[in-house]
Amino acid sequence: MQFGIFTVGDITRDPVAGTTISEHQRIKNTVEIAKKAEEVGLDVFATGEHHNPPFMSSSPTTTLAHIGAQTEKLLLTTSTTLITTNDPVRLAEDYATLQHLVDGRMDLMLGRGNTAPVYPWFGYDGSKAVELTIEHYQLLRRLWDEDVVSWEGKFRTALQSFTATPRPLDGVAPFVWHGSIRTPEVAELAAYYGDGYFANNIFWPKEHYIRLINFYRQRYAHYGHGQPHQAIVGLGGQFFMRKNSQDAVNEFRPYFDNAPVYGHGPSMEDFTEQTPLTVGSPQQFIEKTLTFADFFGDYQRQLFLVDHAGLPQKIVLEQLDMLGEVLPTLRAEFDARRPTDVPDAPTHAARVAARDAALAAPVGEQVTA
Amino acid sequence: MTTRRIVVVSAGVSDASSSTLLAGQIASAITRADAAVSIETVELRPLAHDVIDASITGFASPRLQHVHDLVSQADGLVVVSPVYKASYTGLFKAFFDAIDQDVLVGKTVLLGATGGTARHSLALDFAMRPLFAYLQAVVVPTGVFASPHDWGSAGAGALESRVERAVGEMVSLLGGSGSGRSASDDIDLFSETMLSISDPRRD
Repeated sequence: MQFGIFTVGDITRDPVAGTTISEHQRIKNTVEIAKKAEEVGLDVFATGEHHNPPFMSSSPTTTLAHIGAQTEKLLLTTSTTLITTNDPVRLAEDYATLQHLVDGRMDLMLGRGNTAPVYPWFGYDGSKAVELTIEHYQLLRRLWDEDVVSWEGKFRTALQSFTATPRPLDGVAPFVWHGSIRTPEVAELAAYYGDGYFANNIFWPKEHYIRLINFYRQRYAHYGHGQPHQAIVGLGGQFFMRKNSQDAVNEFRPYFDNAPVYGHGPSMEDFTEQTPLTVGSPQQFIEKTLTFADFFGDYQRQLFLVDHAGLPQKIVLEQLDMLGEVLPTLRAEFDARRPTDVPDAPTHAARVAARDAALAAPVGEQVTA
Repeated sequence: MTTRRIVVVSAGVSDASSSTLLAGQIASAITRADAAVSIETVELRPLAHDVIDASITGFASPRLQHVHDLVSQADGLVVVSPVYKASYTGLFKAFFDAIDQDVLVGKTVLLGATGGTARHSLALDFAMRPLFAYLQAVVVPTGVFASPHDWGSAGAGALESRVERAVGEMVSLLGGSGSGRSASDDIDLFSETMLSISDPRRD
């Protein structure tokens, strides 16, 4: 089980201090947050990709390469990389370059992640979002898996004997997660290719996601990658912790009440009751997080949103310290409940080993990675 | 014959609301016309905060979800709103905005509205009826509008007869096969888009 954090890179006014951070400082802070994540023992750091204010996260591979140069173990990924509006050729090359720079210590999560006005900025039609997702991903897959690609599709110019460079590290493409909160086609895409499926469940009740994840698990098995409970699932989460739960409630409330997504809506009490958000003590956080596996099955990656809603950097770093303190308990509890035939989250080393094992296997015998 | 389930949704906001009064009158007429019908009444006023929260968060609170479930399991609906500014109220619209897209497909819906003057009566046909046409409900031909005049003794007979006519139509529609359509949220694995995933090089 991997634990990590994901950021959307929002620049939100701090409702308590009444100040708004600069883009420059927010970008620098993001690097500091990632380094802190490694320091407290987390496995994964993910950044979002947005191309409009109030976000600053338009260039994930630049940011991740910079972080990669200053960390040693942290796995770097995205939440999400826009498969709709990025050219698959650029994606293949940018992420393969990142893969080399960080010695395989990366993967990526693809998503549509766009509102309608964003598509034309990149030359695409937003009403074709699902079709774009499918065509772009099928091309990206080929650009990584085949050295020379001739291709023709609906949404970009054809390719004749094209080779995307650099080739993936060790001949094994970055592992791909598909992020989706409502589209069954994306779950199907993840299942068909045996990729991971990430359900960012932080804003909605579990029932909706149980249905989507179960669909992905069934289709994953249908396509012969393993049993439904062996499919590769990632989940989101959200918390604000203080030793004393009432302190957490008092301190976080103004940030909750003014948060971009759910602010000025339901009470914090209702929202914590109905979604994965925990505002309380470390013990409350542990108990709630452990219920995720009861609802969605044993899974491979848990990412938390920590730096958002205008929280000052100092508080974000304190929250990461607290997350680091409960991490050994979370790891032990999740490991204890997980059946031995549920796989770990894929890493580059494991995927290279699986590929080599498949190549070494006698002819006629299939080994699936 | 199985019991048919009707949910009455009233968007009246004042206490002693004329919309709720009209909803009750329609509900009694349904019970008189068809004893095999079970009726459940939902007042939107106590759910107002939940409805607005759902429009912000995109999901229903447990008690609003309970009402959504009642609606989705019903065979027919009676919906009653006050008319404000020439249309149904924002609360009434927000309630149907927050409910799943396909929930009303093929369901029989009887429209009712109340207003401060009879001149608002066309809100039934120019505002409410298009909303439920969009939701693909089977809308009962006769809608029932009650103005202050109707609650007075002189006009009571006329209101009562309109209620009787609308209810008669509703019971008749419920006894038939409706539109023959039903909501289905099954994922279509054989849609063109789905098939294109497992066969990347198809034309």
